[in-house]
Amino acid sequence: MSDQATQPATPSRLAKAWDSDFMYNFRHSPVAMVSFFVVALLVLGAIFAPLIAPYDPFDPASLDLMNGYTAPMAPNDFTGDVFWLGTDDQGRDVFSTILYGMRISLFVGFAAVAFAMVLGITLGLIAGYVGGWTETIIMRAADVQLTFPAILVAMLIFGVAKGITPIEHQDTMAIWVLIIAIGLSDWVQFARVVRGATLVEKDKEYVQAARMIGRGKGIIMLRHILPNVLSPVLVIATISLALAIIAEATLSFLGVGAPPTQPSLGTLIRIGQDFLFSGEWWIILFPSITLLALALSVNLLGDWLRDALNPRLQK
Amino acid sequence: MTFKSTLLATAALVAMPLMAQADTLRWARAGDALTMDPHAQNEGPTSALAHQIMEPLVMRDMTGAMVPALATEWGPSADNPNIWVFKLREGVTFHDGAEFDSEDVLFSLNRAMTEDSDYKELLASVKEVRATDKYTIEIETNGPNPIMPNNLTNMFMMDKGWAEANNAVKVQDYEGGEDTFAAKNANGTGAYKLVSREPDVKTVLAANENYWGNGEFPLEVTEIVFTPIQNAATRVAAMLSGEVDFIQDVPVQDIGRVDGTDGLEVRTAPQNRVIFFGLNQAAEDIAGDDVDGINPMSDVRVRKAMSMAIDRDAIKKVVMRGQSAPAGMIAPPFVNGWNEAMDSSSKTDVDGAKALMTEAGYADGFAITLNCPNDRYINDEKICQAAVGMLAKIGVKVNLDAKPKAQHFPLLSNLETDFYMLGWGVPTYDSEYIFNFLTHTKGEKYGSWNATRFSDTDLDVKIEALASETDLAKRNQMINEIWTVVQDQQLYIPIHHQVLNWGMASNVDTIVAPDDTAHFKYFKMK
Repeated sequence: MSDQATQPATPSRLAKAWDSDFMYNFRHSPVAMVSFFVVALLVLGAIFAPLIAPYDPFDPASLDLMNGYTAPMAPNDFTGDVFWLGTDDQGRDVFSTILYGMRISLFVGFAAVAFAMVLGITLGLIAGYVGGWTETIIMRAADVQLTFPAILVAMLIFGVAKGITPIEHQDTMAIWVLIIAIGLSDWVQFARVVRGATLVEKDKEYVQAARMIGRGKGIIMLRHILPNVLSPVLVIATISLALAIIAEATLSFLGVGAPPTQPSLGTLIRIGQDFLFSGEWWIILFPSITLLALALSVNLLGDWLRDALNPRLQK
Repeated sequence: MTFKSTLLATAALVAMPLMAQADTLRWARAGDALTMDPHAQNEGPTSALAHQIMEPLVMRDMTGAMVPALATEWGPSADNPNIWVFKLREGVTFHDGAEFDSEDVLFSLNRAMTEDSDYKELLASVKEVRATDKYTIEIETNGPNPIMPNNLTNMFMMDKGWAEANNAVKVQDYEGGEDTFAAKNANGTGAYKLVSREPDVKTVLAANENYWGNGEFPLEVTEIVFTPIQNAATRVAAMLSGEVDFIQDVPVQDIGRVDGTDGLEVRTAPQNRVIFFGLNQAAEDIAGDDVDGINPMSDVRVRKAMSMAIDRDAIKKVVMRGQSAPAGMIAPPFVNGWNEAMDSSSKTDVDGAKALMTEAGYADGFAITLNCPNDRYINDEKICQAAVGMLAKIGVKVNLDAKPKAQHFPLLSNLETDFYMLGWGVPTYDSEYIFNFLTHTKGEKYGSWNATRFSDTDLDVKIEALASETDLAKRNQMINEIWTVVQDQQLYIPIHHQVLNWGMASNVDTIVAPDDTAHFKYFKMK
C-alpha cells in the first residue's frame, strides 16, 4: 500500500487550495468562472499568437495589398485567398491582427499595472510608515494628480516622451512610452490604499514587536507590513488592468499610442472606424468585440475578487 | 409699358424673393487653410480659401480656362518682348472700401517676390514691376516669358494701405512659426468677405455686396460656412446627416454610399495633381537610417529599386478603389511636357528591384523613416502604409511617421526629412512650374519645395532658360530634356494622379474643377 492511502487525513496542497473559502466562492460564482474562462482564453490566444495566427501581420513584407478589404469567409476578388474574419485596408488578416494586437494590449496593460503597483506600493508604504513631511509631499502630489483625468496625464507624458525620443527609435519606444505613461497616471490608487492600510497596521503589536527587536524600517515595511496590505492591492490591480487596457486602446484610437505598423486593439478600431459607412463592418466589429470581452471579463473578475477577499461581505 | 419691360419687371419680381433669401453653403474638407496671408504658403486648400476672398489678376475658372479677374486684358508689349502689360479693372474696391489700383498690384507683386514668400519661384524671371498709370501694370522679365500670365493665377492682390496700417507689409514667415495680422485677417476684392475665422474650427464668409462681378457671375451662394473635418467617417456622417452641403473630398470607400443617398450626389473628375515620394539623394550620411557613413539613397540604383518595389496597380485597386491613375512621372496629364511614354514607365518588378539592391551593395536592405501627411491627399497615410509593406519586400524597413500637414510640410522646407510624400498640382499647366519648385537646386528664388537635395547646375541653367524661351518647339524640346534627367535620376518616385470626388447636396450645382479649387461665385443653388 502506498503512503498516500495510509494518510488520508492530510490532503495535498492543491486539494487544500481547492477546498479553501476562496476557491469555494469561485466554484459557486458562475460570473467569476465565465470571466476567468474568457480572460484565460484571450490571454492564451495572445501568448501563443505566433503558433495560432495564420499570418504575421507585423511583418510588412508578408502583406499582400491585393488582399485588402476581403470579407470574412469569402474569397478575395483578386487573389482568391479566404480569411476567417476578413482583412483590413492593408490586406492584414483581421484574426491574426487581433491576436497580435491583443498581445500589445495585454502586455501594455500588465506592464503598466505592474509599474504603477511597484511605484504606488513603495510610495504608499513610505508615506504611511514614515509620515511627516515625506507623507505630506507624496500624498499631496497624489491629490494633485487625481484632479486630472488619467487619460490626459497619459497623453501629456506620451507627448513629452515622443518629443524627446529620436525619430528613428519612436516605433520601438512607443510601447515602452505607453507603459510608462499609463503606469504613471495610475499609481495614485495604489499609493492611497497602501498608505491607508499601512496607517492601520503600523501600530499593531507585531510591528511594535519587530521594532523592539531592532529591525530596520525597510525590513519592517517589506517583510511585516507589506504582506498584510496586499489583498486590497490585488483587487485594485485587477480593476486597474481593465482600465489600463482601455487607456491603451483609447490612446491608440486617438492615434498617439501603438504605431500603425504594429496595431493594438485600439489602433485596429481606429482603422475600422473609417469604414463604418462603406460596408466593411468586420474591420471594426471583431477588434471591438475582443476589447469589450477582455475589459468586461477582467472587470467582472476584479469585482468578484473584491467581494471574495473582503471578510465583511462574506456570507 | 412695352411687353418686354413688363416681362422684365415680372421676372425681377419673381427673382426678388429668391435673391433676398440667404443661401448659405456649408462647406467641409479634410484640411483647413494654413494661413490667410496670401503669399505665405503656396498650398491647395490655402489658396482655395483665399480665392473666395482675394483675387489675382487672371484666374482659372471651374473648367480650368484662364479668365480675367482683376486685369481685364493683358498681352506682351508691342515695343519690348520682355514686357507684359496688364490693364486693370476700374472701379473695384477692397472689402474695407479702399480703391483698387496699380499701386496695390505693384505692392502685392513685390511682396510676393520677397524671401519669405512661397510664390517667389513663380516670379523668379521678373526683373521689375512698374505701374505706368493708375490702371496699367508692366511686368518686365529677364528675357521674354511666354507663360507669365499662367504664373499669376494664384497671385493674390492685397491693399497696400491695409497692409501698411496692419503691419503686414512683410510676408508671414510660416515655417519659422511667425504669426501676423495678415495670417488671421484678410482684405481682398473677392466675392466674399471674411466674417470670422477660427483656424481648424470654422471660417465664415459673407457675400461682398460691392463686388465688381455682381451680375456677371451667378453669385447664388450668399454665405459660406467652412468647417475642416479631418476624420473621413465624421466628414461623411456630416454629409449624410445634412450638416454640410458640400464636401470636397469624399473618401473613396464612401463614394457609393454618398452617391446612393437621396438628395446627395458625388461628381468625379481627374485632378491636376500627382502624388509621389521624394528621396534625399545627397551623399552625406543621414540620421534617419541605419547605414553609417553614407546615404543609401544617393545611389540611383537604390532609388530605381524602391520605385520598382511599389505596386501602383494594387494601390489603385485597393487603397484608392479604382479612383486614381498610376503615374510614371510627376506631371499630371493636363500639363505641357507630360508624355505618355514617361507616365507609363513605372513597372513593378520585385525581383528586379532586389537584384538592383544587391548590385548597389544593400542585399540586406536598410532602415529609413518615411514622413507622410495624414490630412492632405486622398488616403495619404494608407498609401504610405501600403508602401511600407511593398518596400519591406526588397528589404527596405520603413518606419512610418504620419503627421497632419501643418507639421509635415515644414519638414520639407527645413530639410528635416529624407523620405517623404508630396503631392503637386500645376496651376500654370506647364512643366516649368514643376521644375522651378521641385527640380531646381534649392535656393533663394527657386527650388523651395525641392527637399531631395538634388542639385545640378547645368540643369538649373536649362530650367531658368525656360522662362525666356519664346520658340515653343525649342522650349518643349528643353522641357523634354529636363524630364529625361528627372526620370533617369529617379528624382522622385511617382505614385498616381488623383481623382477628385466632390460630394454635394441636391441644392448645390457645380462642375468639378481640375485644380480642386471651388470658386463659389460660380456655384448655382437650387
